[in-house]
Amino acid sequence: MTTVAISTSSATDAAVPAFEMRDVTVTASRDASAVVLEQVNWTVEAGDFWAVAGLTRSGKSDLLALAAGVSRPSRGVHHLFGQELIAGFEHERLALRLRIGLVFDGGQLLQHLTLEENIALPLLYHRGVSPEISARIQALVELTGLEPWARSTPGTVNRNWQQRIGLARALALKPDILLLDNPLTGLDPRDAGWWLDTLGALAAGHPIVDGKPLTLVVTGDDLRPWRTRARQFAVLKDQQFIPLGQRADLDGHHEPLLQELLPSESLSLPRIIKD
Amino acid sequence: MRTGIAVPPEDSDTTFFWKGSLTRGYFRFFGRILVRFILSVHGIGAFALITLGVMFSKIGVATSVVRPLTLLQVARSGLRLLPLASFISLALGLIVIGQTVSVLSRVGANELLGTIMVATVVRELGPLLTALLVLCRSGTATVVELGTARAMGEVEALEVLGIDPIHYFVVPRVIGMAVGIFALTVYLIIGALLSGYLWAFLQDVPLSPGDYFSQMAGALTGLDFVLLAAKSVAFGSGISLIMCYHGLAQPLSIGEVSRATVRAVSQGIVFCVLIEIFFIIVYLLAG
Repeated sequence: MTTVAISTSSATDAAVPAFEMRDVTVTASRDASAVVLEQVNWTVEAGDFWAVAGLTRSGKSDLLALAAGVSRPSRGVHHLFGQELIAGFEHERLALRLRIGLVFDGGQLLQHLTLEENIALPLLYHRGVSPEISARIQALVELTGLEPWARSTPGTVNRNWQQRIGLARALALKPDILLLDNPLTGLDPRDAGWWLDTLGALAAGHPIVDGKPLTLVVTGDDLRPWRTRARQFAVLKDQQFIPLGQRADLDGHHEPLLQELLPSESLSLPRIIKD
Repeated sequence: MRTGIAVPPEDSDTTFFWKGSLTRGYFRFFGRILVRFILSVHGIGAFALITLGVMFSKIGVATSVVRPLTLLQVARSGLRLLPLASFISLALGLIVIGQTVSVLSRVGANELLGTIMVATVVRELGPLLTALLVLCRSGTATVVELGTARAMGEVEALEVLGIDPIHYFVVPRVIGMAVGIFALTVYLIIGALLSGYLWAFLQDVPLSPGDYFSQMAGALTGLDFVLLAAKSVAFGSGISLIMCYHGLAQPLSIGEVSRATVRAVSQGIVFCVLIEIFFIIVYLLAG
């Protein structure tokens, strides 16, 4: 049985960005001819916590899919830990690709597997059967708080819980970078709190990933929940990726879209109301 | 375009009925079918080569995941179809023997009964009916499953996890369906031969079981066994590739899954007939 060396972290990683996009053109995952974002220049350093916001159909999911290596840039280059991220499942490419995890909007679980099997799949596929796997799966199920439903199929639990299992599945191989697509969409305050606390713990270094601080990128259509959690911010607007800087830079930023995505008393009212 | 009059859309499949001369309409109709056929053959051929490459390059990779999936497909394409295959083998024996006995009795050639069973059931109808049975039962399910998985984003989920969707979804189905169809074909043929004798017995044909089976043994050659295995594997792998191609190879929405299923089954039937013709030619050339 062939297994893949999952983590190849080394001292040299500290010198290179976690991932970097240069003049990247992002196309829609369902239609490679449709350009979603152009000239994306984005550098994510190890340990960063980015919140990327945009309105519906602004290209958040497509940007994350490209960052995770699911799709390729039609122009430009995308580097992961200093190496170009190329699609493919060859053994030598996998070790690099598996250092980045993606939690899809809604989880995108395999419907024919149970929740537990969904979490186990990457472990079984890349590491084979081993005595440690069941303990690891158990720990990941406990992280989601869904132990009683572990043997249910995805169709029997709600979308939020499916997304929690998607998080556990993405963490199974202990990635260095975790991308999350709209993790807070449609959640009640308690569930939203669970996500914010869990992601905060992962960014600080959670035992489930051996205490290693993860590099996080989350997307959403509302920046307010992330304002006190994320450390770097950006918006997607008119096919452009617009970095906003760090938390302290938000208040003074004049990006009009920011006023819609981050309405607060400290900012002026949205233009449509002011006019 | 005039308003207020119901006019079929320009690209409708029935356009040739109302627009242009009949000859021109027919040319367009068959031209469209031909172009679609060529594109499908091209796409399925490329898909088959990719699958073959993955199958051999990933031998021994993730066996703890792929082996159970393959066994599941063997069960779905073989074991679970045993009741239906039993019914069809019973009916097949009746159909062939019922018609043959009435003709052979008139010319006093009942000693050819076993030979005819070999020529019709073992060489032609057994493998073909099994393939069509699996196509209808497991093939349609495969397109629906994979089309839904594609529409639900499961392919992208596998890619992110570093799992080749061809390795996870297609390879187990190709191997499973090839093995399943082969096993089911053997079962269906044996059942049809036995039921053939049963119907002959019920029609008072003066033929002992020993004579019946020695007629068949005399008619069978080594080539029959080789070509039966080759044909079953060709049916199984071809059908599964066509089904997987239509379910997986192109982005689908949930609403498009039913159309993809219909297209896949149509092409699967055409494929089975073409394979059947190919093996008839091989028999004729080898004979």
